[in-house]
Amino acid sequence: MLEVKHLTKSYQKDKPALTDISFSVEPGNFLAIIGPSGAGKTTILRSLNQLIKDDDGQILLDGSDIRSDNKAQLRKHRRQIGMVFQNYNLVERLTVIENVLHGRLGYKSTLAGMFGIYSEEEKKEALELLDKVGLKDFALQRCSELSGGQKQRVGIARSLIQHPKVILCDEPIASLDPASSHTVMHLLKQLTIEFNIICVANLHQINLAKKYADRIVGIRQGKLVFDEESSMLSEEILETLYDQTISKELE
Amino acid sequence: MSSPIKFLAQKHRKQTAIIAVIGSIYVLSSWILNFDSFSGFTAVPKAFTWLGVNFFPTSESVELLPRIWQKLIETVALAVSSTVVAAIIALFVAILGSKATGINNYVHVIVRGIASFFRNIPLVAWAMILLFSFKQSDFTGFLALLLMTVGYLIRAFMEIIEDEASETMMALKATGASYFQVIFQAVLPQIMPSLISWVLYMIENNVRDATLVGILTGTGIGFIFDLYFKSFRFDAVGMTILAIIIVVIVLEVLSNQIRKVIL
Repeated sequence: MLEVKHLTKSYQKDKPALTDISFSVEPGNFLAIIGPSGAGKTTILRSLNQLIKDDDGQILLDGSDIRSDNKAQLRKHRRQIGMVFQNYNLVERLTVIENVLHGRLGYKSTLAGMFGIYSEEEKKEALELLDKVGLKDFALQRCSELSGGQKQRVGIARSLIQHPKVILCDEPIASLDPASSHTVMHLLKQLTIEFNIICVANLHQINLAKKYADRIVGIRQGKLVFDEESSMLSEEILETLYDQTISKELE
Repeated sequence: MSSPIKFLAQKHRKQTAIIAVIGSIYVLSSWILNFDSFSGFTAVPKAFTWLGVNFFPTSESVELLPRIWQKLIETVALAVSSTVVAAIIALFVAILGSKATGINNYVHVIVRGIASFFRNIPLVAWAMILLFSFKQSDFTGFLALLLMTVGYLIRAFMEIIEDEASETMMALKATGASYFQVIFQAVLPQIMPSLISWVLYMIENNVRDATLVGILTGTGIGFIFDLYFKSFRFDAVGMTILAIIIVVIVLEVLSNQIRKVIL
């Protein structure tokens, strides 16, 4: 279980970016974080694997606090937390399978990782996962040759090979066309259940959040204003969240 | 806000004023330097005719080709070796100094300062300073080219790392990869094309510059050029220049082809 308690962060003095954020997610659940741009969604997500150092609070993964980790402990925690990015953040010049195998680096000795020496099982697993995300025949292609949706699926495979307890998705579909968006969201949802992992995603598409997420957290100006089952998301809440009527989005 | 019509008229006046200012700067500086624009320009064709007549390679100068060729190869080798060694040094320093991969901000500022120092001392000055310690030898030229190239490449590599590798670095850091794993698996593969492109560009540049350095250090094609020039063998000088131009063009074409393949 992932528990976030009283998370606080400010980039400048007296200008809080996050104030007292608390929520928790059970394995097998998909949590969407929604809110206007600049509300602090990315800050929350990146605090969860400490790419951003927050100021105060607790982040408990199965009871152990990530925030109090030293370097080695943080590395062990990070390999249990996959991450999927808006811009995919793949090494474009390397092949698909090499990018997937990058997910194993956290488990390897420094030298083996530096020179990309992977075991047979790891390679086999990478291929199985590529099959799972529908890219079986792309293993030896360069990532730069793939479409956006395909790149994002490579990103998902890279996070899965980490054997993660949590997958963090930072605007996973913001750069994708509607069809690829549905493919990626559907895939994330299905994998969350299949591998019994926790999926936390920042989303701008409220309709997709409502369709695929089990629970939705709303953030406005660094404060948590909504934390309910996704079916509870109503027009009034969206109005307060975004300061305007966007009922069309819900259709 | 002024109306769009007025704005356009104003912009027009501004452009006219700028052209007038540039023109008057030219007139003023010609007056200070006693430069007669008219006879200056009419002398250009004459100068080229003189060049054409005196520097045109003759059958005698063609006989010198083997010697010119040998010295040219020396010069190209000097340029290539100094650039490659400079690139290796610069890559290490740039990784230590860039904002994305570096140690801290102090190191970043210091590295930038060092790179700027090496870069902003003119090549000729480097060569003349180094002549004191290393006398007239290939090594002096090698070192002068190396130092200047290191200055350029550190700066270029740091910017490449910051621009091109930051995002993938973050992704690999998030998987729990260690610092050296991130450098070898994300940063280096990601920046390699831009890196090679810069090294090729510096090699092209350094072949030209190595000629200049050779005049000072008495080595390579620069030495031959200087020798023929000072003994008034202008036809041989013309032959040398022609050979240099051909080699530089061939190198440019070659490196453009390499770029096409790797990018």
